[in-house]
Amino acid sequence: MTLSYAEVWWLILGLAALTALIKAAGPVLLGGRTLPPWSSRVIVLMAPALLSALVVTAVLAEGRSWSVGAHTVGVAVAGVMLWRRCSLILCVSVAVLVTAGLRAL
Amino acid sequence: MGVGGGIPAALTAGSLMNARFLAMGIALAPSLPGGPLKRAAQGQTVVDSSWALANRGDGTFDRWLLFGTTVPQYAAWTFGSVVGAVFGDALGDTERLGLDAIYPVFFLSLLFAELRGPTSRRVALAGALVALALVPVTPPGVPILAASAVALVGVVRRSG
Repeated sequence: MTLSYAEVWWLILGLAALTALIKAAGPVLLGGRTLPPWSSRVIVLMAPALLSALVVTAVLAEGRSWSVGAHTVGVAVAGVMLWRRCSLILCVSVAVLVTAGLRAL
Repeated sequence: MGVGGGIPAALTAGSLMNARFLAMGIALAPSLPGGPLKRAAQGQTVVDSSWALANRGDGTFDRWLLFGTTVPQYAAWTFGSVVGAVFGDALGDTERLGLDAIYPVFFLSLLFAELRGPTSRRVALAGALVALALVPVTPPGVPILAASAVALVGVVRRSG
């Protein structure tokens, strides 16, 4: 199906409005309350859970299927370098070079 | 933009892609001052990387760091989109440049900074497994939101 010009704009405006609602929901609904003591422990653990999910879905998934590509290898190499405390700029550069190199083969 | 089921389907798919901001907003909520309107406005500044950078690691967020890291990213992102729209064809197939490897490495470095103790390592591993397990059975975006629920083990666990 192809969308008309007007429909594309409705889609953009609708998505912007829904995203604004999604981002506002937590701060508005929870902001004014005193939260129980365990809530800060949950919040601390959200970062590792969300970041690792972002990384694996970016590297090991394509749409609704698992997939492995040149970037999987590039990011894996950079991951080992990060673990060995190499600088972020170096790790990112190596990831890009490895990925582009494998695709050029 | 390829669309299968018209505008409602596209809106649903797009919102699910952004559903993780719901979890990030819940985490950020206690760190924001002001009334509902002011908090709603401050909540708009959440993007993945600035949310992670502003996270102090004790359950609170540095909101000025959040705003300060979002603004330049937003400017760069808008600039990049304009450049891409105008000159994108000249670059040809951008996949061959390997640029899609940049953002996972950046998030990986933020993740490593979060792995402070055994509980956070286990939560990161569990979050990754939950997300990967859901990839084939849920629309994109849902696996990431679902992974954030793993953090609820913090209700019963003490150490970070």
